[in-house]
Amino acid sequence: MIRVVLPAHLRTLARVNGEVELPVEGEVTQRAVLDALEARYPMLCGTIRGHDGGPRRAFVRFFACEQDLSHESPDAPLPAAVAAGTEPYLIVGAMAGG
Amino acid sequence: MSRVRVLVGTRKGAFVLNADGTRDKWDVSGPFFPGWEIYHMAGSSADPDRLFASQSSGWFGQIIQRSDDGGATWEPVGNEFKYDGATGTHQWYDGTPHPWEFARVWHLEPAPDDPDTVYAGVEDAGLFKSTDGGQHWAELPGLRTHRSGPSWQPGAGGMCLHTIILDPAHPGRMYAAISAAGAFRSDDHGQTWEPVNRGLRSEGIPDEDAEVGHCVHRLAMHPARPEVLYMQKHWDVMRTDDAAGTWHEISGNLPTDFGFPIGVHAHEPDTVYVVPITSDSHHFPPEGKLRVYRSRTGGDDWEALTHGLPQEHCYVNVLRDALAVDSLEDCGVYFGTTGGQVYASADAGDSWAPIVRDLPAVLSVEVQTLS
Repeated sequence: MIRVVLPAHLRTLARVNGEVELPVEGEVTQRAVLDALEARYPMLCGTIRGHDGGPRRAFVRFFACEQDLSHESPDAPLPAAVAAGTEPYLIVGAMAGG
Repeated sequence: MSRVRVLVGTRKGAFVLNADGTRDKWDVSGPFFPGWEIYHMAGSSADPDRLFASQSSGWFGQIIQRSDDGGATWEPVGNEFKYDGATGTHQWYDGTPHPWEFARVWHLEPAPDDPDTVYAGVEDAGLFKSTDGGQHWAELPGLRTHRSGPSWQPGAGGMCLHTIILDPAHPGRMYAAISAAGAFRSDDHGQTWEPVNRGLRSEGIPDEDAEVGHCVHRLAMHPARPEVLYMQKHWDVMRTDDAAGTWHEISGNLPTDFGFPIGVHAHEPDTVYVVPITSDSHHFPPEGKLRVYRSRTGGDDWEALTHGLPQEHCYVNVLRDALAVDSLEDCGVYFGTTGGQVYASADAGDSWAPIVRDLPAVLSVEVQTLS
């Protein structure tokens, strides 16, 4: 299972507490994880990336294993620890403003 | 006994205020969607328990929420607002071409006869329609693709379609207003549109009486006399008597004719309300006095309504969608401020009292009169 941590506003929107655990078939990429996330929680469509798998929203970042993956290809494999479920995939609302 | 439900959108969530017809005691619920901007909420007159809310965030974009129980519970519905066909360009602030980009929904207008039909006015200016209760949205592209579209420019708040008025007497006739393009009318259910800005004059644009380019802040209509519309323009309060064929100024004795909202009494088509604001560089009331101005003559002759409103040290603003009326026998008038107060008058504006004082900045106020 892939562990996903959502920012607080999206946990509220999706009505989840804590981490989300998702089964992902095949290669574990950012696109595959987000596809699985949106399939289970369709209200998140458009809030993290564009509809139909469009680009990441400007003030959303993706972290895992102490790396910023925001600029990685959505089809690149995620770190093995994420694929193994030992580390979470973090969706973060960027710090912006004052 | 009749009752009223006031829907308040703020910078940090939504609030629902309920009272019976006396409008003395209020039940305040919320915040709903805390932390999100709620540009507008609206209820269906075909099913008053069906409400829609525009929820947005600079981080996470646009959400549309729907309630089917009068605001007690909410469910997110469709949030994909995709322009129809090629998006083209409008002018950016610096005059260069800029592609149309969806930012947020400014205004929701439920159809009066069908709880599943609702219109949405969006930034960058476009008009969308849902016929399935907000699950799916389709653009009515005739407005955005009007021949004048490439010359439209955003106002300071963005290029927003903020006003949608459905004419109750002429099926298919509707009005929309865009900052800073102007007012538009359709006579074929929103398929095609024409600018209706004749008579407007705006200093600060190259051609003061141009077909488009006017910063219209708000339109209002009384349903019993739909050929008359009132307008709060950036500067100037205006009126048309021929369904926006021509406009004439009715600012009269107002202390300033800059402002944002404009509203009409529920039972008196000649009774109009505005909230004068000092200027576009001072977004607060003149002399630190919060005054609603009422005309009982359809404009030109205005009286200040001050009883119960702060008359010193008040420097709040009242935004374009933040004034509304109920339709009880003694017409109630309501407005919200950027300081978080929602004021109510149960006597057509003669006296006022705050329902709440310390909400986040108020973006919109709508009222439902319930039996």
